[in-house]
Amino acid sequence: MVAKRIIPCLDVKGGAVVKGINFEGLREVGDAVQMGVEYSAQGADELCYLDISASREERSTFTALVEKIALGINIPFTVGGGISSLDDASRLLDSGADKISVNSAAVARPELISEIASKYGSQFVVCAIDAKCVDGVWKVTTHGGSRFSARELFSWAHEAQERGAGEILFTSMDHDGTRGGYACAQYARLSDELSIPIIASGGAGSLEDIAEVLSDGRADAALAASIFHYGQIGIPELKRALAERGIAVRPA
Amino acid sequence: MIAIVDYDAGNICSVENALRRLGAEYELTADVQKLDAADKLILPGVGNDARAVASLREKGLVDVLRGRRKPVLGICVGMQIMCRRSEEGAAPGAWTECLDIFDCDIVRFPEGALRGQGAGEVDKVPHMGWNAISNLESKLFKGLDEGSYVYFVHSYYPTLCTDTIATCRHAGVLFSAALKYENFYGTQFHPEKSGDTGELILNNFLAL
Repeated sequence: MVAKRIIPCLDVKGGAVVKGINFEGLREVGDAVQMGVEYSAQGADELCYLDISASREERSTFTALVEKIALGINIPFTVGGGISSLDDASRLLDSGADKISVNSAAVARPELISEIASKYGSQFVVCAIDAKCVDGVWKVTTHGGSRFSARELFSWAHEAQERGAGEILFTSMDHDGTRGGYACAQYARLSDELSIPIIASGGAGSLEDIAEVLSDGRADAALAASIFHYGQIGIPELKRALAERGIAVRPA
Repeated sequence: MIAIVDYDAGNICSVENALRRLGAEYELTADVQKLDAADKLILPGVGNDARAVASLREKGLVDVLRGRRKPVLGICVGMQIMCRRSEEGAAPGAWTECLDIFDCDIVRFPEGALRGQGAGEVDKVPHMGWNAISNLESKLFKGLDEGSYVYFVHSYYPTLCTDTIATCRHAGVLFSAALKYENFYGTQFHPEKSGDTGELILNNFLAL
């Protein structure tokens, strides 16, 4: 049985992994390659690196970093942040990324998903969706949750799949940073309606939260940042706990 | 010297990086003489079987591969095109003819097969992620435990046959996770992305 995946997410700025809540007071938490190697040794199934650079200068260092990551780790990794063209995707593929994630640029121009998928295959394209619930409607946001788009979560996820996205990475902006649990009902619905894997992100505060989104939430993978970075939950103990609950995982 | 067959079959960066991590010397080449001279060949591949076979034919590399007597390792699509024929890239009911080294066909996973866990959860296609391999029967798996996890990304799979040296289960199907015929080896999974387990398998291949 294919294992449910545990994916530590690392926000990268100028070569270092940083973490902040609501983009205020970013704090450096370590070296991107070194942290990847350590997570991999602990049993992470995959890694996700997001470039949150604010300037072009900072962004130019990311490609070189992706090359180092690709050489340094022996598990799959996704990179995202600011990918807005087929050229951006090609550059990251050539640097050794296994997958790229598109977000705001795909909301603005959905053809981006089709272009990358038809050139490099669906397995290379993750469609990241940030959404917020407003009066019962899950509205898609862009630019780190700061702007509302005209799109709705479920119809956009369907369109992304039809355009060739290989996975959906949905972050509930209502849950992100709260450590109060994932938006389980939305993941279950996405998983039931779509045929591609669903990655849950935003809200992990405990081992139980991750167990819940992988069972009742029917997510294929759980992504989290702070609970791993600050050593609140170790990946080996998390995987043991998931296995005890009957969830299929790759032993750490 | 190890040669990675260069035939425009998608991203081979990860195979190169894996060999670098293992400290193995390699060359990426489509030169027939260099391929002949190499101790070991790796045939990578990402993408589509029909395109990969066509590309191998265009570069005149089919006979070099089929006639080879030293170890060859096909990975993912590289392994699939060493099988008999493939449903991928062919019209419904027709086949893409492949190299016919391994005695099995490449067919598509069924959609909607129940996962057997959770409420009504199905096994998704593509088969993407880590899965356990069993019935390990080859020097390729020396030092590996039954049920070790490796990384897969594919929608088409090789059927079971007498060349099967490892099995895996997905979408209600038991399929060949790895194949061997004489000096030819193939893995459906990606050893270059399968953590320490994958590195052990690659090292075993290099030590053949």
